[in-house]
Amino acid sequence: MTSTKYDPRVLKAPHPVPGAPDNWKRFLSFNTDAKVIGIQYIGLSLFFLLVGGLLAMVMRGELITPPADLVDPSVYNGLYTMHGTVMLFLFLFPVLNGFNNLLIPTMIGAPDMAFPKLNAAAFWLVPVFAVVLLSSFFIPGGPASSGWWSYPPVSIQNPLGHLINGEFLWILAVAISGVSSIMGAINFVTTIIRMRAPGMGFFKMPVFVWTAWAAQTLQLIGLPALTGGAIMLLFDLSFGTSFFRPEGGGDPVLYQHFFWFYSHPAVYVMVLPVFGIFSEVITVYSRKPLFGYKFVALASFIITFLGLIVWVHHMFYTGTPQWMRNLVMITTMLIAVPTGVKVFAWLGTLWGAKIRLTTPMLFVLGGLVNFIFGGITGVMLGTVPIDIHVGNTYFVVAHFHYIIFNTIGFGIFAGIYHWFPKFTGRMYYEGLGKIHFTLTFIGATLNWLPLHWAGLYGMPRRVASYDPEFALWNVIASIGAFMLGVASIPFILNIVSSWARGAKAPANPWRAIGLEWLLPSPPPAENFEDDIPTVISEPYGYGLGKPLVEDEEFYVRRSMEA
Amino acid sequence: MTSTRQSPKKGLPLRLLAVILVSVALDAAVSFQVSRWAYGWLPVPASTAAPYVDDLFSLEVGIGAFVFIGCVGFIIWSLLFSRAEKYDESDGLPIEGNTKLEITWTVIPFVIVMALAFYSIHVNEKLASLGPKQKYDVALNQSPDAVATLDARRDIGPIEVISRQWSWEFVYPDGVRSSELHLPLNQRANFLLISKDVLHSFYIPAFRLKQDIIPGSVISYSITPTREGRFRLRDAMFSGAYFSNNQTDVIVESEEEYASWLTQTAKRPLVQGLSPGTPLYEKRLKDGDRGWATVPPAPPPMVNDPGNPEAPHDA
Repeated sequence: MTSTKYDPRVLKAPHPVPGAPDNWKRFLSFNTDAKVIGIQYIGLSLFFLLVGGLLAMVMRGELITPPADLVDPSVYNGLYTMHGTVMLFLFLFPVLNGFNNLLIPTMIGAPDMAFPKLNAAAFWLVPVFAVVLLSSFFIPGGPASSGWWSYPPVSIQNPLGHLINGEFLWILAVAISGVSSIMGAINFVTTIIRMRAPGMGFFKMPVFVWTAWAAQTLQLIGLPALTGGAIMLLFDLSFGTSFFRPEGGGDPVLYQHFFWFYSHPAVYVMVLPVFGIFSEVITVYSRKPLFGYKFVALASFIITFLGLIVWVHHMFYTGTPQWMRNLVMITTMLIAVPTGVKVFAWLGTLWGAKIRLTTPMLFVLGGLVNFIFGGITGVMLGTVPIDIHVGNTYFVVAHFHYIIFNTIGFGIFAGIYHWFPKFTGRMYYEGLGKIHFTLTFIGATLNWLPLHWAGLYGMPRRVASYDPEFALWNVIASIGAFMLGVASIPFILNIVSSWARGAKAPANPWRAIGLEWLLPSPPPAENFEDDIPTVISEPYGYGLGKPLVEDEEFYVRRSMEA
Repeated sequence: MTSTRQSPKKGLPLRLLAVILVSVALDAAVSFQVSRWAYGWLPVPASTAAPYVDDLFSLEVGIGAFVFIGCVGFIIWSLLFSRAEKYDESDGLPIEGNTKLEITWTVIPFVIVMALAFYSIHVNEKLASLGPKQKYDVALNQSPDAVATLDARRDIGPIEVISRQWSWEFVYPDGVRSSELHLPLNQRANFLLISKDVLHSFYIPAFRLKQDIIPGSVISYSITPTREGRFRLRDAMFSGAYFSNNQTDVIVESEEEYASWLTQTAKRPLVQGLSPGTPLYEKRLKDGDRGWATVPPAPPPMVNDPGNPEAPHDA
């Protein structure tokens, strides 16, 4: 067939672990197959979604009544800190790296990642820092309890004076997580740039690959700032330096710059691949090409660029000068333009479509509605005078959960359902999927919609107790949170039972267009092996009647025979 | 929507245009109503800054509602009229894009957000003239008193706002110390925001104002209250174990009441001030010091007026 443009020696033996597709033990080993690593990431991160969710439900139990009566305030502070940390570093980043591993090589026709061993090492650092982080629950003094921002001086107060304390382990875990993410990012970016199938120019790449590339570029630029800040914080905490200690001449606000220089773009690292998932899913279940594909693809990198110059909007009330606030307000609001381009493109794709409301499509449409809402409150928060009032209140908590769960979380569920047949070789149960969606949508709306008003009326975030006038919003929110807990039951049931005994999946159950759908389900270890297809069309050619690759029948036939 | 040009059916564009015009008008009417409601989603406005913030918020809620209802309306409309029948395996209209439309929906949002940004900059300047914030590094060997002379535009003050883990203390120029902040109506009060330990945030929702207090710095800050009442002052920057209890009240009263409070309070002896974390911490110690590690609360400040934490607040 076609000749590949890279060294064939990168191809490994077809089945690196004996009995590969059915041998589940490979998921517990140092396996270098990106598809195994992808499932390892997703499986592990879903476990931590449960952990983070349980922490959240204890918090919502505490907040269902105004006084701090369920747990001690110091315990509440540890719970919300660990909830945020677990959800970000042990659920969201790993689950998206799971998608990167499954989708990038298969979507661009590469046999594997550019650096398979680095890839596996990056994954195995996740359980390492998970153990470091979670062990802090069991040491004297308890875990870190100053929020996932870990702002000094409160984060470095170290009440017990021990060298090994919750904050120490927290910083260590975040630093290891950063190393793992950098290792992943190098791998993803190299793979996308160097290992695309013949004919796959940048403007023939699926949008998911564009967004993953834009997101991982942000990781490479931003993470060193956070890791550097974290190490300085560690020195202040443990070795008596004064980078951020005012009594030694340090500046606590400096830490906030280091922190947000990465941690605001981190939101785009998470949301960009989800925009990719939205683009893949909407086109398949609308049976239409993506409206304005090139605009959508390029908008990802505009978000990357703007995302790097907006971090000060987390610091409007910390004494930043007026010119800086005005400048960052403009850049923050500008982000609405490329994201608007994406939203309108998805809406345009729905125009004259043949919509099928499968579980992934429901999650994407629900996530899209939530994203429009969260984007609008995001512009409000970017407006300096409004942020001065609602910043650090529950309005912010509600806004970012609308983005991070109601958009990103929904996109992740959509992606899991959509590609489940491809990578497990089994169909999921549509009915359970729809129950999962319904419970999740209602639960998430009850949980976070009312909290916007609590914030507008002045309820600060991170409180263990509050004034009675905020009780109503919090009761509704807690009911929603418990409902989200219940929603995980049909999801777990669906995934476990479908994988164990679901119907065998055909190669292309959704009649989707894309290289990954030209592979058998599940794909063999080296994907296309020696026969890498030559791409001749843009992605998403639904209804255009053009083949995606040269000699498409050969690949379709082969994927069905396998 | 321009993409219908590619549809060969005759008669559709005119009907569609009518549908679009009616929907836009309905959307605009509903959004306008929502922007009116938005004023009720905020605490009573009680400072000169509040009306500016509320107007801007109402404007953004109106624009946001218009966009949200428009987009979600379109999604619902698509779900009603563009669904595939069961067993219908056909594809949708193979429209790959429309450059004019794409440029339109890039340019219009750009214009809207830029207009919002410049309007907000204008509001910022307005707010800065009402109550400037100036951060001074105390490491430059400036005592708070030296800083105080730098902002002369004030009717009363400077009042030192001293925040601790977990208490508020207000020191008036003549030495009166209080756990609650008394302010006269319609007078520009100047504050020096000081933290004795970690970051705190000076947040009075009814005034729409929030300013972080940075240890190692003194921040000069001014506000003008415009409504009598008892308003909540909340610490809005996480400050440790009893952060959520670190609240007190701001009492805005007439000039006469304020003056008499000041003279009466000056005669009162110093007593232990409000320190909401202290009783909770003592209870914790009594119950066997369970829970995760925390620093002990700072000793309660000694004040002339310990305030009345039980009094109901207006907002």
